[in-house]
Formats: sequence, structure tokens, C-alpha cells
Amino acid sequence: MSTTEGPTLIPDDAAAQEIAEREAKMRPRKGWFPGLGDKWNALPRQTQWLILIVVVVIAYLLPILNPPLITTEPGNNWQIALAQMSVYALIAVGLNVVVGYAGLLDLGYVAFFALGSYTAAMFTSPDSPYVHIPYLWTLPLAMAVAMFFGVVLGVPTLRLRGDYLAIVTLGFGEIVRILATIIPAMKGQVGFQNVGHPPGTDSAGQPIFLNSNGTPWYWFTLTIIIVVLLAAGNLERSRVGRAWIAIREDEDAAEIMGVPTFKYKVWAFAIGASVGGLSGALFAGQVGFVNNQKFDIATSILFVAAVVLGGTGNKVGAVLGGSLVAYIPLRFTAIAEFKYLIFGVALVIIMIFRPGGLLPARQSLLAYGRLAYNKIKGALGGTPASGKLAVEPGKGAGNE
Amino acid sequence: MISEVIPTLIHSGAVPMDDTWITFDVNSFTQNFWSSTFDGLTFGAIYALVALGYTLVYGVLNLINFAHSEVFITGCYGVFFTLSALNFGPSAPRLAFWAIVGNLVLALIVAIIASALMAVIVERVAYKPLRTRKAPRLAFLITAIGVSFAIQYTIYWWRGPSPEAALTMFRPLAIFDVFGTIVDSQQVVIVIAAIILMIATDQFIRRSTTGRGIRAVAQDPDTATLMGVNKEKIIVTTFMIGGILAGAAALFYVMKIPSGVQYNGGFILGVKAFAAAVLGGIGNVRGALLGGLLIGLIGNYGQVLLGSSQWTDVVAFVVLVLVLIVRPEGILGSSLGKSKA
Repeated sequence: MSTTEGPTLIPDDAAAQEIAEREAKMRPRKGWFPGLGDKWNALPRQTQWLILIVVVVIAYLLPILNPPLITTEPGNNWQIALAQMSVYALIAVGLNVVVGYAGLLDLGYVAFFALGSYTAAMFTSPDSPYVHIPYLWTLPLAMAVAMFFGVVLGVPTLRLRGDYLAIVTLGFGEIVRILATIIPAMKGQVGFQNVGHPPGTDSAGQPIFLNSNGTPWYWFTLTIIIVVLLAAGNLERSRVGRAWIAIREDEDAAEIMGVPTFKYKVWAFAIGASVGGLSGALFAGQVGFVNNQKFDIATSILFVAAVVLGGTGNKVGAVLGGSLVAYIPLRFTAIAEFKYLIFGVALVIIMIFRPGGLLPARQSLLAYGRLAYNKIKGALGGTPASGKLAVEPGKGAGNE
Repeated sequence: MISEVIPTLIHSGAVPMDDTWITFDVNSFTQNFWSSTFDGLTFGAIYALVALGYTLVYGVLNLINFAHSEVFITGCYGVFFTLSALNFGPSAPRLAFWAIVGNLVLALIVAIIASALMAVIVERVAYKPLRTRKAPRLAFLITAIGVSFAIQYTIYWWRGPSPEAALTMFRPLAIFDVFGTIVDSQQVVIVIAAIILMIATDQFIRRSTTGRGIRAVAQDPDTATLMGVNKEKIIVTTFMIGGILAGAAALFYVMKIPSGVQYNGGFILGVKAFAAAVLGGIGNVRGALLGGLLIGLIGNYGQVLLGSSQWTDVVAFVVLVLVLIVRPEGILGSSLGKSKA
């Protein structure tokens, strides 16, 4: 470290202004709803809670309201459509931890979804010769199984260059699908029927959770989504979340700053995988049937599209993106056949023109940095501290 | 905890131990060793040609060009339409030797043009706007997978889900006999043509001015630009070379697997070709050849040993992961920029 190559000094306000402007330019463009996030953050806490409660109540009432124009009927049953949308939303929330927070492109996320589905099916379906356990127990089990495989896959590959991960996960997704075909115990295309469901019967003695009735499944999944969202929000604001964002923005710089990048990448991968497994188990329960046909690479890319569409790194965006990816083919049945084409093109267009997606994530780190800078500036009576470090945004130490 | 549960499951008869899903058929492996070697080399030559496209683009842009598999399948459709127009059918045509050669060369030219054009279009439409916007690397990867998907399902929309009718170009003739196994003309043509193309590419990159430009951009794009290299032109040229090689690979692929022309026929082949490029050392032209041949051989051995064609991909991926753990830089290691002049 020689003194001549040390950080640049900012002599005056004008230079600071210039940096702020440059920083503003480098920030990804706003989404389709510019300023929504800022407006939301400007609201008082009580108002935010009030709005959230109203939104959640409306979300719970959706299957009963069956709003015209929005509803998927007559093409598809609205309640079942909602149940599927909620599963996709949960998938997107899980994948968002991997892709959005930590910036790891996982193209084989469907594998964890498949592992969850098969865990639920093989421990509850009468077609399976194994031990049978109550359906609700398969949810944590599915999470554990998926998490285990996430760690097994992640430990060797997360040490490698970032983009090798994309190809290895792609391969993993394909391997799980092929193994489901080859291994006789997984029953290939024949699959497992009558996958279990949560207990409970209504007054007429009928089980509440039927495959033909989406409403309880939707409520059940929605509740899980809310819990996962709260957990994800806490993680995001914690030390772990800050480490993830640092890794996403510049892995080398994060490593130099003392973030154990490998450890946090494995954590992101494992947490993402476990949510994938959970959604798989829910999906298996709701549909009631699992075979090897649902878990191809195309579905995996659809999951990535859901995260990117909603806004990479934004958990609310992920819910929106996931719901939309499931909703659009169900609502507009005429174009359902072309969903892969539509979402493939959407990925390209979003990346080129709106990298933030529908609900762009706040650049939290930059926002905190600006806040701190303004505080210092205020404390020093309107003049920025001279000799402040000029860190060029987006240019990390080890950029090749 | 787990060690207690699993024996209980087995003893209670809950896990049926008799359905063995993985068996090593060593007998069949030793019997078919040479035939699977020659077949593996043939597939490997095709993988190697496709792998070159990945390796060159990765060397120059540090981007996994997922759309390269669709560049390749575009070439396959080029071959298919040309040969269909020339009245080739499911059975080998009864034509004179030179007539067949002429037709195949025509199909090759069409495939090369189609693939190269597609590669350049993908670069201009999808990747260039991202470069001008200085997008993060994740954006490039997501765009690449999006482009791949968009092209795949455009073909799906146009040609439907089922593979195109099979075309046979010529009846393979037995050429010589190695250890009691017949090597046919098809295998010889594919392997020799692929090796000639690889050597030509290698020499082009090592000796020509454009090749030097490609190496310079791979090593350091900014410095190369300052030294007067037209970076944009070099990038387009790189995509074009990848497209040309993919077009050639397309002809050999349709020759080897006549019923393989399908909307998603290129995707998994592309992933395996990328695996080949990584195996040999990404960015390394000779590594692509080595990696391609190895992936072809390993996949085929795995298939014969484990008794199902489904295993080819599984074995190839497992080998990829194992190699990456032991040698993350691949077998030959060096990158495009570091290769000697």
C-alpha cells in the first residue's frame, strides 16, 4: 500500500455532488411503478400496518370473493388456481433468497421442489411401500431433505467461480428428473396417487383438504408464505442479509471486508433449497399426485422468470412474480401453450430495459450509505468531511 | 439419529431391498468396449465442436452463452430443410458418391450460414444492449437463459413438439476392423472432419490477426481497445466462429442421430458440451477437443456399464462436478488469453 495509490480525496461539495449523480445513474432503472417504494417508506408505521392488514385480509378473502375479470373461470377453477399461484409465490420467495439476495443463479431449483414433492408422496401415498407418516410431518421433513441436498450440492460447487454454479445446478435439476425415471422406487411416470393432506373434517364428515377444493390449500399456503416472508424479512435485515447483499454486489470486495462469503453462500443455497422443498410438499399435497413429468428444466427456468419478473431481491416482488407466472397461463388459456415462449422473451426484455422487474428492490446498502453520509454532512454543518473516501460505486477491488 | 432410523426401516421391511436400480453390467461393458469407444469418440467430436462455441464466447465475454445450444439446433434445422428439399428420406438415397458429397456440402453450407447468422443475431439483439448498459454478470446469465428459451419455444410454436422425420444421408460402410469391432464410414467422417475443423480453429486463433485480436480481448478488453483492437468487431467475429462450428456440428449430429431434430434437442447437448468445455479448461481451444472427446467416451461407457441410455447425462454431470472439485480450471487449464502466440 503506497501513499500515492491511496484513495482519492474529495476537495469540495461539487465533487461529492458529482459522485452522488454518478451513483444515481448507476442505480438500476425504476420499475413500472416508480417511487412506490419511496412513498411506502415515507408512510408512518401505523399506516403501513393498517394497509398491510387490509391487503392480507383481501388476500385471504380472494377465493370467496372470486372477483370478476380477475377470476380464471370458466377456464380454470379459481380456488385451485389460487392454490397453485400461492405455491408458485412460495417458490419464488425461496428462489429469491438464492438469486435475489445472494446473487447465485440456481437453474436447477426445480430439483429441490421435486425432492419436496417426492418426500411428501413417498411418506404418505398408499402407492408407496415405505413408512407412512402424517402429511404435516412431511413438511419439515421435505425441508430437511431439500436442505441436505442443497448443502451436498452447494459445498463443492459454491467454492467455484460463480457462473459455474448455473451449469452445475442445471445438471443437478436434470439428474433428479432422470433418477426419478430410472429408480424403480420413485415410480417414474406411474407416480404416486392420493398423496396425503392435513387432517380435519368438516361438519358433514368430509375431509377439509380435498384435491378438488383449492380454498383450504390456498389459505394454508398463504399462511406459510406470510411466515416465510416475515422470516425472510428478518434475515434480510440481519447480519446474514447484509452479507448476502455484499456478496451479490461484489464477492471479492466482501471477502476482503471480512465476510465469510463461502459460508453465507452455502446458507443462502440451503435456505432457498429448504423453501423449495416445502413448496414441493405443498404442491404434492394439493395436486394429490406426483410423477416425473412436472420437474423439467423448463419449469426451473419459469421459476427464475418469476423472481426476475417480480423484481430480483424484493420478497414482495417475488410473491407478485410467482403469482403472475402461475396466473397468466391459467387466466389467458389461449396463450397458455406459449407460456415458456412468453416468459423467455420476458426475461430478455426485463434484463435489457427494466432490470429491476415489476417491484425493484431498494438498493439497501447504497441507501444506508447515503443516509450515513448525510448525517455526517449535517453534523459538520453542511460541509462534507474533507478527506472522505471516494469509493467508486460498482467498482470492486478484485474486478477482473 | 439417522443411523438408528435407517436400520429400523430396513429391518421392518419398509424399504424393499430387492429392487436394485443400479447394476454394473461389467460383462456387457467388456464385450462392447471397442464399439462404445468408437461411438463415444463420434459423439465426443460433436460435443467438442459445440464446446468450442461456448469456450470462445466464455473466453472473450466471461459469459455462459446458454443460447449457443439454440444456435446449434438452428443449424440442425438448416440441414433438415436442405436435405428435405433435396429429397432425402428415411432410407439412404441411391445416389452416386459425388452427388451425396455435393448434397452434404450444400447442407453444411446452409447449416453454417443459419447457425452463424443466429449467433450474431443473438449477440446483437440480446448481449450488446446489456454491454452498453454495463449490466451486472447475473443479468447476462439470465438474459442468456431467456434467449435460449425464447428461441426454443419459437421453434416449438413453429414446428410442434415432436421431432422432425428422420433423414438418412448415406448408408454407413464398414471401413476397417479394430479388435473385432467394425468402424464405419460415418464415424470416420465425423471424427476426422471434426478434428480438422478444430485444428483449423486452433491455428486461426493462434496465427491470424483476428485470432490475435480475440486473444487480446480475452486477456484484457480495455487494454486491447487502447491498442487499437476493435472490441465489438472481435466479439461479433467470436460469436460467428462459434456459430460456424455449431453449424458443422449440426450436420454431423443429424448424420449420427437422424431423428434428433427437435425444438429442445440442442439444450441438453449444449449443457453437456459446456461441461466438456469446462472439463478441458474453459477458454482453451485444445481443452474443448479433449473435454468433448472425454465427455463422449465417459457418457457412452456409463451407458453401457449401467445399461440404460438415461445414464449418459447423469454420468457426464457427475464427472463434471468431480473434475471441478479436483481441478476447477479444467484438465488443460489455461485460458484463451494466456495461450501462447
